[in-house]
Amino acid sequence: MSTTPSRTPPLMPHLLGPLGKALKYASLMAACLVAVLPLVTVFMASFKTQAEFRESGPLDPPTNWLNLENFVTAFTRGGMIQGFVNTTIILVLSLVGTILIGTMTAYAIDRFDFRGRRLVVGAFLLATLVPGVTTQVATFQIVSGLGLFNTRWAAIVLFMGTDIISIYIFLQFMKAIPRSLDEAAMLDGANRLTIYARIVFPLLRPAIATVVIIKGIAIYNEFYLPWLYMPKRDLGVISTSLFRFKGPFGAQWEVISAGTVLVIIPTLVAFLLLQRHIYNGLVSGATK
Amino acid sequence: MAAVINDAEALDVVRAARSQARPRATGGLGKGGWRITPWLFLLAPVGLLALFTYVPMANMVWYSFTSWDGLDPVKEPVGWQNYVEIFTRPEIFRVFLVSLYYLGGAFIQLVLALYFATVLSFNTRFRTWFKGIIFFPYLINGVAIGLVFLYFFRPGGTLDAVLATFGLADPPLWLGDPSLVNVSLAATSVWRYMGLNFVLFLGAIQSIPNEQYEAADLDGANSWQKFRYIIAPGIQRIIGLSTVLAVSGALSVFEMPFIMTGGSNGSSTFVIQTINTAFTFSQVGLASAMAVVLLIIVLVIAWLQRRLLPDNGGELT
Repeated sequence: MSTTPSRTPPLMPHLLGPLGKALKYASLMAACLVAVLPLVTVFMASFKTQAEFRESGPLDPPTNWLNLENFVTAFTRGGMIQGFVNTTIILVLSLVGTILIGTMTAYAIDRFDFRGRRLVVGAFLLATLVPGVTTQVATFQIVSGLGLFNTRWAAIVLFMGTDIISIYIFLQFMKAIPRSLDEAAMLDGANRLTIYARIVFPLLRPAIATVVIIKGIAIYNEFYLPWLYMPKRDLGVISTSLFRFKGPFGAQWEVISAGTVLVIIPTLVAFLLLQRHIYNGLVSGATK
Repeated sequence: MAAVINDAEALDVVRAARSQARPRATGGLGKGGWRITPWLFLLAPVGLLALFTYVPMANMVWYSFTSWDGLDPVKEPVGWQNYVEIFTRPEIFRVFLVSLYYLGGAFIQLVLALYFATVLSFNTRFRTWFKGIIFFPYLINGVAIGLVFLYFFRPGGTLDAVLATFGLADPPLWLGDPSLVNVSLAATSVWRYMGLNFVLFLGAIQSIPNEQYEAADLDGANSWQKFRYIIAPGIQRIIGLSTVLAVSGALSVFEMPFIMTGGSNGSSTFVIQTINTAFTFSQVGLASAMAVVLLIIVLVIAWLQRRLLPDNGGELT
């Protein structure tokens, strides 16, 4: 990482001489090379046969780019199919729950004046400070007390119940929805539930899209919760299934590489399709 | 997760301002409904928040004063013994030194992110491509990154092969040598997280109104002056926030070392040790005390941030 000249003061291109310009592009190219090279060598390794892998160096391309044998092994013997199924189930249910919970909270906090509101807001914000991994020491007792240990529900409830960023994003959007809409509906005799379901919820659609993207990526990438709460083999999500490759395929780097590539490809596709939304979502989720 | 640190106060300020400006707006609406209507909407969210955040936190404090093993129906109180143990057994507290490697990495990460964000905020060819490639690692699954870098650092792996093309034979064991393993892991962390800081900085720089640059041009400012007097103040807040997150992140490093080395060769961190104490060695009492210590440190850092960084509610409205 330290190959780039980070110490030079940043200069604006139109004032740069040819040398400065060359340095600027050189540093950008170097950064891209550092970002991409570790991935490319794994990608190439995933197409090599076992013998070929042993004989060739990491920087040599595979002889046959259509050798999909390792991917088949990863999918079938590595349990990646099960992993993708479990991840999808958890992803869908957690997202639906997060959206309902987040929009309801934002609606209640933004549109009502009630005793204890500051306390509720404070409780949600304080919760963002708690480092999630360590409190699992005690959360574990609750999850197993509820009988959720080794079920998909463990991950689902935890994803739903401990997500504060989404609530925050919904709150931001909520403020931009004029209250006059609520008031007009109320004059027409609509009750609060109708207002939430028919007016506020549909208008929050852009925020919902943002939350689906950010939260979706986070759930897809989550390793620790499923590893701790769902150790059963059939309940492996993609992270934990891939992690288990370290054991049986310990020496078979070409198979491990194929599994890794399989996990990265959906992320790459999502990124290429949703680039702009991902950038905007991260900025609204992290800086506010 | 911890990105919203400083907003409890900011949100309250906004609330106060709003209720002053429109004192009757909500009151008028609320009269028609029941008192408990908002609580009906909050029932599930607050219930889950209490059940999975606050109850565990309270339990954790309780466990930390016992010698519980996680199974025994009896939780024997032991007073402050667990805390005394943390601060007197050097092998427990020493792992915090490992955090220094990640702290160093975080500093390099912020400097690199700032450099690339500044460079790319101006006219650059293939801008979108550079931005995307530098950012993409942040999105990748942590286990996948762990395996990619196990392959990268292994003997005869990608790094050794690259070094060999430059004629550097006989490389060290990047993950096997206890004096190098934390450097390698911290570098992996920089690779993974730099893109996020970069995109956040870039977003902050681009939200600076163009007129400011135009005015600076009229005044004959040079590029360094523009960086110093327009860009730097404009992104001060996000830099402060990122620094705080970097520090608390460095103290609670978990995923990369856990996935790549499992904490061996001196790469164990405080969180790995806490987790092992609880779930491998069944010392839930001691582990809870360790978690409480970390929690207090993180809360103090967040509190310091709110005291030291002025005006952090500016962008809320």
